[in-house]
Amino acid sequence: MSPAPLALIGFAAAAWLAIGAAGLIRPRSLRAVRTLFSLGSVLGVAIAVVACVALAGSPESAVLPLGLPDLPFHLRVDALSAFFLLLLGSATAAISLFSAGYFRSGSGTAPGLICFQYHAFVAAMVLVLIADDAYVFMVAWETMALASYFLVTTDHRIPEIRRAGFLYLLIAHVGAIAILLCFGVLQGGHGDYTFAAMRSITLPGWWGSAAFFLALTGFGAKAGVLPLHVWLPEAHPAAPSPVSALMSGVMLKTAIYGLLRVTFDLLGAQLWWWGAIALALGLVSALFGVIFAAAQTDMKRLLAYSSIENIGILVAAMGLVILFKTNAKPLLAAIALAALLYHALNHAMFKSLLFLATGSVLHATKERSLGKLGGLIHRMPWVAWLALAGTLASAGLPPLNGFVSEWLLLQAFLFTPTLPQSFINMLVPLAAAALVLAVALAGYVMVKFYGVIFLGRPREPSLAYAQDAGGFERAGLVALAAACVLLGIFPATVLAAIDHVTSLLVGSQASGGDTSWLLLAPLGAERSSYSPLIVLGAIVGAVLITIQLVHRMWHGRVRRAPAWDCGFPLQTPRMQDTAEGFGQPIRQVFEPFFRIERHLPSPFDAKPRYSVVASDHWWHWLYLPIARAAEAVARLFGLIQRGRISVYLTYSFVTLLALLLFVL
Amino acid sequence: MQALPLSSQLINLFASVLLLLAFAMLAQRRVVSLIGLFATQGLVLSLSTAVVAWSTSQPHLYESAGLTLLLKVIVLPWLLYRLVRKLDVRWEFEGLINIPTTMLIGIVLVVFSFNLALPISQLASTVTRSTLGIAMASVMLSFLMMITRRKAIPQVIGFLAMENGLFFAATSATYGMPMVVELGIALDVLVGMLILGVFFFQIREQFDSLDLKHLEKLKEGE
Repeated sequence: MSPAPLALIGFAAAAWLAIGAAGLIRPRSLRAVRTLFSLGSVLGVAIAVVACVALAGSPESAVLPLGLPDLPFHLRVDALSAFFLLLLGSATAAISLFSAGYFRSGSGTAPGLICFQYHAFVAAMVLVLIADDAYVFMVAWETMALASYFLVTTDHRIPEIRRAGFLYLLIAHVGAIAILLCFGVLQGGHGDYTFAAMRSITLPGWWGSAAFFLALTGFGAKAGVLPLHVWLPEAHPAAPSPVSALMSGVMLKTAIYGLLRVTFDLLGAQLWWWGAIALALGLVSALFGVIFAAAQTDMKRLLAYSSIENIGILVAAMGLVILFKTNAKPLLAAIALAALLYHALNHAMFKSLLFLATGSVLHATKERSLGKLGGLIHRMPWVAWLALAGTLASAGLPPLNGFVSEWLLLQAFLFTPTLPQSFINMLVPLAAAALVLAVALAGYVMVKFYGVIFLGRPREPSLAYAQDAGGFERAGLVALAAACVLLGIFPATVLAAIDHVTSLLVGSQASGGDTSWLLLAPLGAERSSYSPLIVLGAIVGAVLITIQLVHRMWHGRVRRAPAWDCGFPLQTPRMQDTAEGFGQPIRQVFEPFFRIERHLPSPFDAKPRYSVVASDHWWHWLYLPIARAAEAVARLFGLIQRGRISVYLTYSFVTLLALLLFVL
Repeated sequence: MQALPLSSQLINLFASVLLLLAFAMLAQRRVVSLIGLFATQGLVLSLSTAVVAWSTSQPHLYESAGLTLLLKVIVLPWLLYRLVRKLDVRWEFEGLINIPTTMLIGIVLVVFSFNLALPISQLASTVTRSTLGIAMASVMLSFLMMITRRKAIPQVIGFLAMENGLFFAATSATYGMPMVVELGIALDVLVGMLILGVFFFQIREQFDSLDLKHLEKLKEGE
C-alpha cells in the first residue's frame, strides 16, 4: 500500500473538521447539513477501511509540526488504535447517515452548528486514538469533552438539560485531572511526555500502582464506572439521540482504549491485584447498571444504565486480562482481551442502534417516557424490526453479536481456577455468577424496553399518528443492524482481526491458531465451541418447520378480536403491563440497591396519583456530601468578599508584602 | 569614594525623579494633572532606558525605549485625556485615606523596599543595580495609589504606573526583558486600557457615576 494509513487517517480527521466548518457557512440550511452529514458518513467508512489495513500492518508513527514550539504533535497507529479506529469509523458512518435525516431546525442549536460540533467531536476522538504523546492526547481528550458538552446541551433552553450538561462537564474534568496526573506519574520524572519515552521506563515501587489507579479513575469517569457514573443517566437523555449514540457507542470506548493503552502499553508490568480490583469494580458496575436499567421508565435513561452495565463488563474483562497476564497465561489473557475488544465493538453497534431507534421514536411521538408509548410496531415497522436486532444483540442471544463476546468472556471465566492465588480462585465462581446474572438481567431489561415501546397497544391516542423513520434514518439503522448480524455470524473473521491486537498487548492469539471460519473454538474444539452458522441454521429451520406446521394444522378462518381481552369487556390500553409494573419484581428483589421515594394516594383522593422515584444511593452518599462541603468552604470564602475593589487590592498588596518579606 | 561615571549618575537622577513622581501622583487629586504626571513618568522611564542602552550598548533597549515613549508618553495619556474629557471627571474630591496619611504609608513602603532590595543590589553586577530599590518602591507606591483611590480613572492610572515601575525594575535588574515579553506586556497594557475605557462608559451608564462604591452592590447576597 503506497499511502500510509496514518496519513490517510489524519487526512480523514482533517476532512471531518472541514465538513464541520462548512456547516457553519449556512447554519440554518437543512439541505446543506444533510449533504455534509452524508459526506461525513462516507469518511467514516473510509476510516474503517483504512483501519482494517492498519490493523494488520506494523506500527507507524509521525511527528506533526503543529502544537507549541518544541512540543510537536506525535502521532502513531498500531493495532490497538487501528481496532478502535475501525470501531469509530464504522459506528460513526452509520450514525452520521442517520443524523443526515435526524437534525431539524428547532429551538435549540442551529443544525449547522450541531454539524460543526458533531464533526469536531468525531475528529477529536480520532486524534485521541492516534495520539502518541500526553500533550496531544490531553488536547484531543479535552476537545472531545467540550464538543460533546455542547452537543449534550443542544436544547439549552431547558434547565434540566443545562444541569445535565454541567454534571457531565464536571465529571469529565475530574477525570481529565486524574488522567493528567497519571501521565505525570508515567513520565517518571524525566520530563519527556511522549508515549515512546513512557514505554521505555519502568516505574519504581508504588508509582506503577498509582499510575494504574489514576488511569482507572480518569478513564473510569469517562466510561461511567462506579461511582463516577452519575453523569451517564443524566447526559444521555438530555442529548439528541445521534449524540447519545455517538457518546455511548464510541466515546465510552475511547475511555476503554485509554485504559488499555496505559495499562498494557505504557505501563510495562502489571500487578495481579490490579486485575482483582478492576474485576470487582467492573462486576459491581455491571450489576448496578443493569438493576437500575430495569427500574427506569425513560427509554434513554434505561439505555444509559445499560451502557453502564456494558462498560462494567468491559472493565471486568480487563481485570481478568490482567490476572491472566500477570500469572503467565497468555492464551487465556488473549481470550479475555479478545472478548473485551469484541464486546466493545458489539456494544458500539447495538447500543448505537438502540439509541438511534429511540431517536426515531422520539421524533415520531415526542415522547420519552415508556409509560406513554406502546404498539409502535404497527406504526413504525422499519424502526421496530431493526431495533429488534439491536435488542436481541443487547440481550446476548445467539446468533447475534452480543452472544459471541459474552460467551468468549465466560469461557475465560471458566478457566480461572488455574490461577495460583487461591482466594481469587474461590471468588471467581462468584464473579462468573455475577456476570451471568448481569447478562440475564440485561435480557430482562431488553424485553421491557422492546415490549413496552413496540408491542402491545398504543397507550396514548396520539401514537396513532406516529410516522416511520425517513430514508436516511432507515439507512443508518439498517447499517447498524446488519453489523450486529454480521458480527454475530462471522466471529472467526473478527477474531482473526482482533488477534493482531492481542498479540501486541498480551503476546498471544485468541483464536488459538484455529483458522476455520465456521467454528469458534478458542481452547480447542473438544472443550467448547460455538458455530453461529449452525445455530442460525437451527433457528431458521425451527421457524420454517413451525410455520409449516401451523399452516398444516390451521383451520384457515381469520377472526379479528381485541387483543388481551381476557374476559373483561371494558378495557383500555392503560390496563397493559407498564414499564413500572414490569420492573417491579426487580425493584422488590434488589430493594437495598435503590433509594425509593414512593407516593401513594389516599383512598379518598378524587384524582389519585401514584408515583415512585428510584434514585441512586451514590448520589446521596458521595456527591451530595461533597457538594455540601464545597458549598460550606465557599461560604467561608464569602466572608472575605467585601465587594469593594480597594479591599481586594489590599488583600493582594498585603499578600505581596508578606511574600516579599518571607521569600527574600 | 570615586566619582560615578556619567551614565550611572544620570540613571540615578532619573530614578530619583521617578520616585518623586510616584509620590506626586500619590498626592495629586486633579485627574488631568495625574495624567500629566503619568506621561512625565513615562518620559523619564524612556530616557533612563535610553541611557542604559547607550552605556551598555544594547541596541534592543533603544527599541524598548522608543516603544515606551510612543505608548506611555503619547498614546496612553492621550487615550486617558480623551476619556476624562468625554466622561467629564476632572476632579476627585476625596480618597479613602487622607493625603498626609497616604504619604506616611508611602514612606514606610519606600523604606521597606530599599531594605528588601539591598541584598539583591549587592549581588547584582549591572550598572543600574542601585536603582532596584527605587523601582520596587515605585511599584509599591502605585499599588498604594490604586488602593486609596475611589474613582475608576485614577485606579487605572495607578495600574499603568505600576507597570512603569515593573518595567523600570526589569531594566535596572537585568537590562530589560526579552523583546517578546516586552512587546507582549505593551500590547496587554494597551488592550487593557481600551477595555477599561469601555467599562468606564458602561459603569457610568449604569450608575451615573464613576465612583466604585456603587460596584459594592454586585457582591453576592447575604
